[in-house]
Amino acid sequence: MFSIERWQEIFETISKNKLRTFLTGVSVASGIFILVLLLGVGQGMQNGIAKEFEGDSTSSIWVWTRTTSVEYKGLNPGRRINLTNEDYAFINKSNESTLEHSSSRARRWGILVTYGKESGSYGIEGIYPDFQVIENEEMVSGRYVNQNDIDEQNKVAVIGNKIKRDLFKKDEEAVGEYIEINGIPFKVIGVYSDKAGEREEDRVFIPSPIAQQIFGLGPNINGLAFSLAPEENFETAVQKSEQFVEAMTTYLKAKHIIAPEDDRAIGVNNNLENAKRFYNLIFMIKAFFWWVGICTIIAGIVGVSNIMLIIVKERTKEIGIRKAIGAQPASIIGLILQEAIFVTALAGFVGLILGLALLEFAGPLVQTEFILNPSVDFNVALTTVFILIFAGALAGFFPAWRAVRIKPIVALRDE
Amino acid sequence: MIEIKDLHKSYQMGSNSLHVLKGIDFSVKEGELVSIMGSSGSGKSTLLNILGMLDEADSGSYFLDGMPIKNLNEKVAAKYRNKFLGFIFQSFNLITYKSALDNVAMPLYYQGVKRKERLEKALHYLSKVGLADWASHLPNELSGGQKQRVAIARALASEPKVLLADEPTGALDTKTSYEVMELIQGINDEGKTILIVTHEPDIANMTKRIVNLKDGVIIDDTLVEQVKAVAHV
Ligand SMILES: Nc1ncnc2c1ncn2[C@@H]1O[C@H](COP(=O)(O)OP(=O)(O)OP(=O)(O)O)[C@@H](O)[C@H]1O
Ligand SMILES: [Mg+2]
Repeated sequence: MFSIERWQEIFETISKNKLRTFLTGVSVASGIFILVLLLGVGQGMQNGIAKEFEGDSTSSIWVWTRTTSVEYKGLNPGRRINLTNEDYAFINKSNESTLEHSSSRARRWGILVTYGKESGSYGIEGIYPDFQVIENEEMVSGRYVNQNDIDEQNKVAVIGNKIKRDLFKKDEEAVGEYIEINGIPFKVIGVYSDKAGEREEDRVFIPSPIAQQIFGLGPNINGLAFSLAPEENFETAVQKSEQFVEAMTTYLKAKHIIAPEDDRAIGVNNNLENAKRFYNLIFMIKAFFWWVGICTIIAGIVGVSNIMLIIVKERTKEIGIRKAIGAQPASIIGLILQEAIFVTALAGFVGLILGLALLEFAGPLVQTEFILNPSVDFNVALTTVFILIFAGALAGFFPAWRAVRIKPIVALRDE
Repeated sequence: MIEIKDLHKSYQMGSNSLHVLKGIDFSVKEGELVSIMGSSGSGKSTLLNILGMLDEADSGSYFLDGMPIKNLNEKVAAKYRNKFLGFIFQSFNLITYKSALDNVAMPLYYQGVKRKERLEKALHYLSKVGLADWASHLPNELSGGQKQRVAIARALASEPKVLLADEPTGALDTKTSYEVMELIQGINDEGKTILIVTHEPDIANMTKRIVNLKDGVIIDDTLVEQVKAVAHV
């Protein structure tokens, strides 16, 4: 099968049939080339979308309250619901194993904040240390509120980058300075930035008990924020979070005498479901590109098969001559197949390398938000090349086998 | 060398069957130069193709050099063709993309002869048909007579026991035909057994024995005084 004589015969055939070889090669190479580009762009889109969704911690659950919408146990609709420290503590305690981070939120909007001569009105939010992780805030300087601040009820503030720019001079250090919130001095302990940009950077975070105190909230809070402990796979994570949300809302509705069917009084945003949508989108994109890719491969296989069919048809008479001269059937099939595999493989790798090279050099130049670092799994590309080679061999085998089986006298008559 | 008895062959054409060879008894001894004649459609080519194992008879016996030729699988048939038989066709049947030399060397490739020896031998036979200078030419750069001579060289290259030629001069003009016949006579003089199908009486007269076929049976089989082609060239 792999004798030098055979290879000499094949190279001779190839060199004397340049056009045929070239056309086969081009169709195989371009098929692989297009496939590599497709898979690359698909991966790029996936990367781009993953980046777009970055920012919020993907497993957060947010709870807030509104007014009731249903009459229940003699209570009129339109009643304002207020969560309390007690609710927060209970939920924390009863879900210790599920929850990773938790914080209550005691917030007020449009509060005057001044520093020296500068002032502005911002949102003030009383939180617990965990809130930093849940909201995914990054420290630009200083630190976030810690447990010590909560315990000792320190009047400390973490301000957003935008506030820092508003109130402080360009090169001025904010950390360590005192600002006034509602006329009460707070020590700035940190400056944070948010991936979502300025609109999320105009808040001041202070320890929750202090916020309740200065706004006269008593034990009341406005909302809750949680993030769940990571699960082994996405489906269980979704399941766990849905269970948690279900249990929590049931508890809160019972506690605050809200009708079980009242979906208005307590709002819940389960970001894990958003994450699910994100994963679904990624999956869809992947599936789409695989689908297109598989179609490309099928088109490639059909193309290669066609070429093989034509080549064998074209060589029917030659096969007859070779048989009349004394060629063994296996030798003829081997000759045709070996040539087909050789040409397909060579062209396939040329297409593969060209495609990879283009992705490598042109990929980083692509400047859109939706495509990032287009790249392709080398093994996947290699596999497709082998599939094409195999398909080409198979596609060549059957017509060759048939051509060899026809009687030499019939093959010789072929024009 | 060749022994056939009661050979029958029909072709199936839809529901009809065409009985082409209707019991042929025929033998050829070593060193003979035989021509097979007959009107068009009388079954000359069919007979020659069966003798050449390019086609199969329906019934009857066929011995080639003492060996029974019956129900051979394609592998064995290919081996026998390669070893015992050389073909010369009316339409030459050269491989178009191979040079004259490579065409002649082809049977040797299938005999497993090494490349260098193959090409040397091929060149020897090419010069024997007077075409050594044309060795590197492709078939479509050669005249009809030259192509047929390349085909003869190819048939000789494998050193077969029997040469089978189906109208070897059918596509050639008279002068070229005689040149080819001169070559064939020369090869026969060296002792090779040769069968020629032809419907040209002058070509038949250049052989040593004329077999006449009509409607699938041999109606006449006579030895003739051989006319030397060289006299007409
Ligand atoms: N493959 C085939 N299928 C069906 N019929 C065939 C086939 N080959 C030959 N025939 C028929 O068999 C008969 C004999 O054909 P053959 O080729 O042997 O004739 P021939 O004597 O060589 O004629 P010619 O001088 O024209 O070459 C013809 O009638 C032909 O039509
Ligand atoms: Mg004929």
